[in-house]
Amino acid sequence: MLQDKDRIFTNLYGQHSPGLEAAKQRGAWNLTPDMLAQSPEWLCNQIKTSGLRGRGGAGFPTGLKWTFMPKEVRDRPHYLVVNADESEPGTCKDREIMRHDPHLLIEGCMVASRAMRAHACYIYIRGEYIAEREGLEAAIKEAYEAKLIGQNNINGWDFELYVHHGAGAYICGEETALLESLEGKKGQPRLKPPFPANAGLYGCPTTVNNVESIAVVPTILRRGAEWFAGFGAPNNTGTKLFCISGHVQRPCNVEEEMSVTFRELIETHCGGIKGGWDNLKAVIPGGSSVPMVPAEQIIDAKMDFDTLRDLKSGLGTAAVIVMDKSTDLIKAIARISYFYRHESCGQCTPCREGTGWMWRVLERMAAGEARYEEIDMLLEVSHQVEGHTICALGDAAAWPVQGLIRHFRHEIEARISEYRLPRTIVQARRARLANRPVTRSLEKSAVTSEG
Amino acid sequence: MALRRFDLDAGGESFAFCAETEPKIAFWLAKYPEDRQRSAVIPLLWLAQKDNQGWLSEPAMRTVAELLDMPYIRVYEVATFYTMFRLQPVGRHHIQICGTTPCMLRGANDLKDIATDKIGAKMHVSDNGQLSWEEVECLGACVNAPMVQINDYYYEDLSAASFADILAKLDQGEAVAPGSFAERINSAPFGVPTTLSEEALYNGARLIDSLPNLLTEEANPAADKKKDA
Repeated sequence: MLQDKDRIFTNLYGQHSPGLEAAKQRGAWNLTPDMLAQSPEWLCNQIKTSGLRGRGGAGFPTGLKWTFMPKEVRDRPHYLVVNADESEPGTCKDREIMRHDPHLLIEGCMVASRAMRAHACYIYIRGEYIAEREGLEAAIKEAYEAKLIGQNNINGWDFELYVHHGAGAYICGEETALLESLEGKKGQPRLKPPFPANAGLYGCPTTVNNVESIAVVPTILRRGAEWFAGFGAPNNTGTKLFCISGHVQRPCNVEEEMSVTFRELIETHCGGIKGGWDNLKAVIPGGSSVPMVPAEQIIDAKMDFDTLRDLKSGLGTAAVIVMDKSTDLIKAIARISYFYRHESCGQCTPCREGTGWMWRVLERMAAGEARYEEIDMLLEVSHQVEGHTICALGDAAAWPVQGLIRHFRHEIEARISEYRLPRTIVQARRARLANRPVTRSLEKSAVTSEG
Repeated sequence: MALRRFDLDAGGESFAFCAETEPKIAFWLAKYPEDRQRSAVIPLLWLAQKDNQGWLSEPAMRTVAELLDMPYIRVYEVATFYTMFRLQPVGRHHIQICGTTPCMLRGANDLKDIATDKIGAKMHVSDNGQLSWEEVECLGACVNAPMVQINDYYYEDLSAASFADILAKLDQGEAVAPGSFAERINSAPFGVPTTLSEEALYNGARLIDSLPNLLTEEANPAADKKKDA
C-alpha cells in the first residue's frame, strides 16, 4: 500500500488551496532551476530509469518518447503539447490535477520542454472542462507574475505556456487529431508517418504527452528515479491515479501504487463492492476502450499494464468501471458502442460504418431480438474494424464488444432464447425477477430494452 | 458521427460580438504564431456562441470566418464537427446529461426520464425559455456519477430528487450552485477520505536542498553539452 508520504498529488481532493504559495509548501517549484540546468539527456535518462510509462492509455515509456525529438533545434521550433482532452469514459484523473494541483503540471511542462529543447507548450484541454480551464489559466497567470515562466524567468529556461481548448470531440484525445484541432481544423487523425516528433504541430517537431505523465515528472526528479521505480512490479513502476466508478460503495479517485491488487484497491478506498464481493460480475479496468474482465479473473489480479494485458484487457487510463450482478452487461456494452458511433470522426469507412452497425446489433441483442448466428457475425465485424483504421478508435470500439462475447456469450444466447419463449412465460419470469433487489435505473432500462 | 445542421431560420441575418468580448478575442489570438491565427477558430466560435444566447448561428459562424480570414467552409466544418457548438436555439439553462456507461450504471437513465418529463424532448426549449436538455457523451467526472453540465459548470452526484429540485429552481429563475450534491469532498470517497491526512505534506516539511542522482551523473553534463553544441 502506498503511504501518504509517497503520494505525488497531495491536493487531489482540493482540500487545500491550488494557489502558488500553498503549492510551493507542498513541494512544487522546489529546485526547478537545478532541474532545468541539467542536460536534456540527463532528464530523459532519469525518466527512463524511473520506468514511467505514459499515463494516457497506451503505456509507452515516456523517457524514450522524449528522445525521439531531434537532438538540436534547426529552422523549426520544438513544441510540447499536453493532452488534457480527457474523455475516455470512466476517466477523470487529469481533471483533478488541473483544478487542484495545477502548479505541478505547469512545472512539469517546463521541465519536459527543457528535456525536448522546446520553448513553447500548449495544453489542450477538453472544451467541457470550463471550471478546470479557468483554474489552470489562473495558475499560469500566477506563474507568469512570479516570473517562474515566460521570457527571462528566474528558473533559467525561456518558456511560454498556453492553454487551448476543444469543443467536445473524444477523437481529439488521439494525438494527431489533437494537433489538427489545435491548428483550427476538425479533429481527424493524420496518417503516420510522419510522426509528430518529426512533423507535428504546425509541421514542427512535437511531442504529445498526457497530463498525468507530465505532472509527475518534477516530483520524480526531486525524489529520485529509483524512488519512483521502487513502486509496483518490474516494468510497471510508479504510482498511479485510479478512477473507480460504477457499483462500489464509495467511488473515488485515488493515487495508489502500481500493481496493487484489485481487491486491495477496492477494499481500502472504495468500501467494497455494492452487495459484497459475491455480487461482483465484471470490471472494465482501463476505461471504456479495453475489454471487460469477469469477476473471478479480476479479483486478485494486479492492476498494471502487463497483468491486465495477459488477461486480454489493459490498464489503459486506470479508469476502473465496476459492474455488479444487477448490471445488464449487453446494455452496458451497447451504450459504449453508442459512444463510439457518436465519436467516430467519419474518416475511415470501417469505423464510421462499423461502429454504428455494432451498436444497432447490440441494441437488438440487449432486447434478445437477434439470431444466434449474429453473435459470430458481430465478432467477425468487430475484427474487420479492428486494425483497419488510421487511428486506434476503431480498435477501441471493437475491443469492448469482443470482451463481451469472449466472457458473456452465454448471456447473449440466453437473452435471445428468452425472447423466443412464449410471452406468458417471459412475463412470469420477469415478475419473479422484479422481486429481486435490483437498482431502479437498471430495472427500468431492462424493461424498456425488452419492451 | 453525428449529422448536424445550422438552424437557418432562427439564426437571422446578422451577428456581432459584444463589446466586452473584444479583449477575450485578443487574448486568444495572442496565443498562436502570427501566421497560424486560424488555431483560434474553436475558442472564437465558443465566444460567439456565448454572445448568441448559448447557440451558434450561421451568421455568427461567418463573423468568425471573416475575423480569422478563413474560407466559410473551413469554419463550417469545424462548427458542425464539434458537438459543443449547438446549432439551434437552447434554453437559458442548457442541461447536458452524461449518459455514457459509468453514469448509466449509477442512474443517468433516471435523470433522462426526469428531463423528458419536466422539459420535454431533447433540444426542446421549455415555454418560458428557461430550460432545454440533451444527452451527451462522457463528461469526465465518472467517479461523481451521475452528473450533468448546466451551461458552464458540473452538477455531480445527483439523485432523481436532487436533479428534479435543480430543474424546478432553474425553471423559477433561481440560481443553483454547481458541485457535488452528496456528502463528499470533490472526488474523495464519501465520508472521511482514506488518504492525504498527513500534516507533513502541507507544511513545507518535504522541501529538499539538492536533487538526488546529480553527483553520479555530474561527470556527464560537460560531455553532454559538447554533444549539444
